[in-house]
Amino acid sequence: MSHKVTVRKFDAVIVGAGGAGLRAAIQLSEAGLKTAVLTKVFPTRSHTVAAQGGVAASLGNSEEDHWHWHMYDTVKGSDWLGDQDAIEFMCRKANECVIELEHYGMPFDRLDNGRIYQRPFGGHMSNFGEKPVRRSCAAADRTGHAMLHAMYQRNVKVNTQFFVEWMALDLIRDAEGEVLGVTAMEMETGEIHAFHAKATIFATGGAGRIYYSSTNAFINTGDGVGIAARAGIPLEDMEFWQFHPTGVAGAGVLITEGVRGEGGILRNSAGERFMERYAPNAKDLASRDVVSRAMVTEINEGRGCGPNRDFVLLDITHLPPETIMKRLPGIHEIALQFAGVDALKEPIPVVPTCHYQMGGIPTNYLGQVVVPGKRSQNEIVPGFYAAGECACASVHGANRLGTNSLLDLLVFGKSAGETAVEQLKNSPKAHKPLPEDAFAATLARLNRLDTQKGGANVHETRLEMQRTMQKHAGVFRFADLLKDGVQKILAVQKDVQRTEIKDKSKVFNTARIEALELDNLIEVAVATMVSAEARKESRGAHVRDDAPDTPEHPNGRDDTNWLKHTLWYKDGNRLDYKSVTLRPMSVETIALKKRAY
Amino acid sequence: MNEPMTETGRVRTEKLRWHSRRALLELDLVLQRFWQRQPDILGERQAAQLERLLALEDHDLWDLLSGRCASDDPTVQDMVALLRQPAGN
Repeated sequence: MSHKVTVRKFDAVIVGAGGAGLRAAIQLSEAGLKTAVLTKVFPTRSHTVAAQGGVAASLGNSEEDHWHWHMYDTVKGSDWLGDQDAIEFMCRKANECVIELEHYGMPFDRLDNGRIYQRPFGGHMSNFGEKPVRRSCAAADRTGHAMLHAMYQRNVKVNTQFFVEWMALDLIRDAEGEVLGVTAMEMETGEIHAFHAKATIFATGGAGRIYYSSTNAFINTGDGVGIAARAGIPLEDMEFWQFHPTGVAGAGVLITEGVRGEGGILRNSAGERFMERYAPNAKDLASRDVVSRAMVTEINEGRGCGPNRDFVLLDITHLPPETIMKRLPGIHEIALQFAGVDALKEPIPVVPTCHYQMGGIPTNYLGQVVVPGKRSQNEIVPGFYAAGECACASVHGANRLGTNSLLDLLVFGKSAGETAVEQLKNSPKAHKPLPEDAFAATLARLNRLDTQKGGANVHETRLEMQRTMQKHAGVFRFADLLKDGVQKILAVQKDVQRTEIKDKSKVFNTARIEALELDNLIEVAVATMVSAEARKESRGAHVRDDAPDTPEHPNGRDDTNWLKHTLWYKDGNRLDYKSVTLRPMSVETIALKKRAY
Repeated sequence: MNEPMTETGRVRTEKLRWHSRRALLELDLVLQRFWQRQPDILGERQAAQLERLLALEDHDLWDLLSGRCASDDPTVQDMVALLRQPAGN
């Protein structure tokens, strides 16, 4: 199949229509710029919908609060890997962004006095870690969903042009490295277009589907992250992934912590309540990381359940059925639907499950993509911006606090849009010409896929990648498994380079889309495995068996050698590092100390 | 019974297959199971029912498919029942 490429010109092109993409688009369209948003699915079906917890902002509507306290919590949560300038920026901008959203029509829960209702959330404290504070603003349990609706409507009002069911394929860069847009495929026709733009903003979300067990929807294939890596942009801190201890084995659907709160017990293949050995006091109610590590240890030491001994059991059969149906109403249905078990009679198979990507495309707090260059470690890539889960600003560092993800996408979506508007004001009227080989990488990739014979099956290759990531770079990491994992994931990468699809049709060819998504996922998977193998300490969500808690290295963290950001380059599969920004914008540095709650 | 494979039917089915990619993992999984059981071209009635369901917001669709609430649209109830069948049934 040969492809003709149609070129379309815009001032700005945004890839992704979740929270970050929609927020950036508002900024650009309101400034009167001709703005295109490409999205694989209808905007209000982006994965932002799944965010329930709320958005953090120190509005202080119910009790005293301050952005500086929020900043302290975020730095501490990040295990000091977050950049303190970006964190200060985000926490200071939070109130403004939430109030803007309120003005867009977001139906926040309210207090009797009409102000936005705020609730407490894990890790958010008042007065520099003293006691929990009510900081999360929510719209019932549909915060993400309501947010997308409010922002989509605002975009309609300001004439943003949406290209729904379009998949971005590759970045267009010229010889100077400037980004001039993207190539993309219209799913309905299979036709290839180039979006020639003065500003290109990636807001494509995370790549949680690199893991076998993931809470992420199927659309979360890290498209922007993979595209950036192929275009020579390094990926930052990809070893840091947040896991939830209890996802349904083989499915990933979350079983809320409330189940253990109501008396649910974790058991191994011998039926033993193994948490008694790992956390004699808290037992099954120990913190997420302790429970996850205990589960993985049981599985790795051969006490897992099932034919492959690769999960443990969450048992609620001893609880009265009335309690289960009254207090945990959704759990019975989830267990039935996704584990095929009646939770009243049988335990539910569970495994630690990937939830959120902390790393991504490196940016500064203005949303500009930055890479090491001759003059500095953060040189701006002209014309290129990123925001939300696909980007690494870096505000989450080694571990994200709940409700900071919705804040991240609002603040940095807006910031990327604002910066692009400023840049475009000063740029020449005419678009910089596209290089002669602007579409070469895309056409070569499509041609390879269309003509591949005797190649690898997409579904099987993706599964192999996911199983490799789960086993070798899961929630609890081991030096030998990581080392083997690097070799294994590089072997999977070779298969990805020779995937074959049987269906060569053009219209809504999901087989082709899935093959192209796998091209993106594998970049993230390799970056994760290589970065994780190299980081020889434990920090935040990256916990290694060979870097335990010692007096010299509390929690296994080694600030002398590892207080630095990882940068993984696809070219040569090589690693580089850059320093963490410890100096905030206006306040004193939040000094290093052991992260303890 | 499925209709014979026509280009229009094939495209409609492929479009529905893509529209089964949702914001919530729960829906992705339920719909994936449906497509694994039903890999051919959908008949007119099934396609129309699925189109109506897939036009719903994700949380509303999950409320239906998890049995938390029932649809007042009698024309989609067969499809809801089909989608709610757990694995192995």
